[in-house]
Amino acid sequence: MTSAPVSSDRDAVITGIGLISGLGEGVRATHALLAAPEPARPAVEEEEFAPYPVIPMAELDLSTQIPRRGDQRQMGPWQRFGVYAAGLALDDAGIKDDEELLGRTNLIVAAGGGERDPEADSLVLEAARGSADPAGSLAEPLLTNLRPTLFLSQLSNLLAGNISIVHHVTGSSRTFMGEELSGAMALEVAVRRIQSGQGDVFLVGGAYNAEREDMLLFYELGRHLWQGDPTAGVWQRAEKGGGIICGSMGAFLVIESRAHAAARGAKAYARLDRVATDTGRRDDEAAIGARLERLAAALDGDDDRPLGYLCGASGARQATDMERDFIDLLSRNHDMAVRTFGSVLGHGLEAQMPVGVALAAAAFDQKRYYPPFDPADPATGGDTLADRIAVSSFGHWRGEAVAVVSSAD
Amino acid sequence: MTSSHRDHLGRPVIAVTGHGVVTSLGIGKDDNWKALTAGQSGIHAITRFATEGLGTRIAGTVDFLNGTPETAADLSYDMAELAAAEAVGEAGLPRGRFPGPLFMAVPPVEIEWPQRLAFDAAAAEGQTCYGRLISGAKAQNWPWPYDRFVFAGVAERTAETFGTQGVPISLSTACASGATAVQLGVEAIRRGDCEAALCIGTDGSINTESLIRFSLLSALSTKNDLPEEAAKPFSKNRDGFVMAEGAGALVLESLDHALARGADVLAILAGIGERADDFHRTRSKPDGSAVIGAIRNVLDDAGLGTDAIDYVNAHGTSTPENDKMEHLALDHVFGDELPKMAVSSNKSMIGHTLTAAGAVEAVFSIQTMRRGRIPPTINYAEPDPEIAMDVVPNKARDADVTSVMSNSFGFGGQNVCLIMTAP
Repeated sequence: MTSAPVSSDRDAVITGIGLISGLGEGVRATHALLAAPEPARPAVEEEEFAPYPVIPMAELDLSTQIPRRGDQRQMGPWQRFGVYAAGLALDDAGIKDDEELLGRTNLIVAAGGGERDPEADSLVLEAARGSADPAGSLAEPLLTNLRPTLFLSQLSNLLAGNISIVHHVTGSSRTFMGEELSGAMALEVAVRRIQSGQGDVFLVGGAYNAEREDMLLFYELGRHLWQGDPTAGVWQRAEKGGGIICGSMGAFLVIESRAHAAARGAKAYARLDRVATDTGRRDDEAAIGARLERLAAALDGDDDRPLGYLCGASGARQATDMERDFIDLLSRNHDMAVRTFGSVLGHGLEAQMPVGVALAAAAFDQKRYYPPFDPADPATGGDTLADRIAVSSFGHWRGEAVAVVSSAD
Repeated sequence: MTSSHRDHLGRPVIAVTGHGVVTSLGIGKDDNWKALTAGQSGIHAITRFATEGLGTRIAGTVDFLNGTPETAADLSYDMAELAAAEAVGEAGLPRGRFPGPLFMAVPPVEIEWPQRLAFDAAAAEGQTCYGRLISGAKAQNWPWPYDRFVFAGVAERTAETFGTQGVPISLSTACASGATAVQLGVEAIRRGDCEAALCIGTDGSINTESLIRFSLLSALSTKNDLPEEAAKPFSKNRDGFVMAEGAGALVLESLDHALARGADVLAILAGIGERADDFHRTRSKPDGSAVIGAIRNVLDDAGLGTDAIDYVNAHGTSTPENDKMEHLALDHVFGDELPKMAVSSNKSMIGHTLTAAGAVEAVFSIQTMRRGRIPPTINYAEPDPEIAMDVVPNKARDADVTSVMSNSFGFGGQNVCLIMTAP
């Protein structure tokens, strides 16, 4: 399939966006900050998790989207971010209180594992450490230190569960896992279901809390974290051995069929044309090359129009090198305007692709593209808004994905 | 391509051409079926880890594969590979070149206590707990591959083994996950994205912490003295579910694709239905409306009336709440038809295989039709008078079954039902 320039009733259009990050909340506010001649930068936390810089979430007034304290207490920060962003998206789409519509809204969440409680883990380790058989002595300290609510805040599907409880989205509920690609697959499945008539309204997205020591441990096991200059962009980091800077973020999108949006008078930000994805081993250069060729072909067919490119690269060395090759490949056919949002907002794993699509949709809505975010961006092109923006998220370990967003008109 | 076989809504008919299973009762359909219809329980005292002092010390762990699994990801992969190999082999498809995508329900994947303890012991520095763990993780190269702790890892390995197409989807909808994997496969074939799909649910995640977590929610049976009698779905004295491990795999194809290549059609996957609950994180809406909605949706999707279901393969966890709610919903939807229907719970024998349950029980649902025999609900000594159903008590029963509804309900308000019919 090539891009469908002709508008169709079964187009998947974005009618609501909830975006939060280190830059604050709101998709239009975030667009304004990033489209300014000198794009804004979020604050970086350099001390607390040293030697790893992380980008914390901007302060949120949680009670505006999660009014019940009891609900807030049942969640960890990751789930709160997601439920908050989902609420913003429903508000933005004007369906927050539409019980009938929420009852047939399909939820697809890209989720990671729930957050661990470092205090509880610390107490368990202390107790087990002194024992002759540490592994056999876990039961008692776990029994003493785990709390029932904590379990629920750690279940992957409970971000979706909490969105259903707090916002009453009940049409269906699916949680995809699998790091970066889960965000892409969540969007791809929603788009394909809308295009083929398997549903009219979807709420899709994810969230990430960068201030998580358990995730820093996970990344460190793969030697994936950046430990140097906290202002270094992904390209610079990749050249110096690579490294991820985790960034807190969340994005949820209300995606509807064009006919459904029109029938209820909803304004569309943009159209989500397609999501192209692939995966495979990364120890075979020829296979990687073939995958990138396929991905480029799936993205543009024979099209040679200029292409905006919102790059969600993580800074992980191999993945980021692959993406540079991919951009080179696309540059053969297109005037490319690469804007690496991963160099500004950091890396949000499952949330990376939804955040990038939100930024692309905002650019079409505001009819204004972004200035370069990273002095090392390859192929920065002009500041003109192209017909289409490709949004990338290459998995730091596996998987490559590109979404294509175009004007809603 | 226009399909010649279309369902009542004009969509491609979906065939099941392969199915495979692993549970605590054994590897493969034959061993499992023999045990299941003999009313044999796979629940036993846990030996994988020390359980002294714990309220629940029993489970349906799968201990006969490779000794003690190093991580949940390892055992989950091993069982999934066995189940999928059985299914793909039965479908007559090449093992390394599966002609469609993979949809895979996997349990939570994370760094576990053996790793944390090792990192802690190797730590040279660090003020905080995780500071020490990170220091330990950096101290040396560890034998655990990174992919054991990546959520996509289990599905990526499975996709490589079977040569499935495109990016595999790893998913979790708690205890409905296995059924969600099937739903995704059905939807993908119906919309013409593919002609075949490999749908798997697997769960090998029983360890000290997961057991304690479910214990803290008061969800588990504590009848440790007679493990094989602990799971008592629909009984008056039921006191919680029993955690278990297993994997189930289904090969789905459009009926046209299956017939064109001369495959045996084992069953038709006739309907999928879902409804999310917004009431509570671990409890259903008291009026049962979400579960009722899921059942109504699956009947509508299959184009079947309330008189068309011969047998319900129940979620039947053996918790006081689930079994009451499931009966309430079945009674509400099926009314006068319910007394004529058989409703049994495989979980009375295999326990609750959690992430895998929907897929494992879909396999047993198809076996029920193909073998003309309904597996019983065992341990049914004290009927719950408020749950008046034919639960196929204690003994398997021969029956001509041509349609089965399989229910899966999970924490977080997840409710999914599948309907399978005889070809």
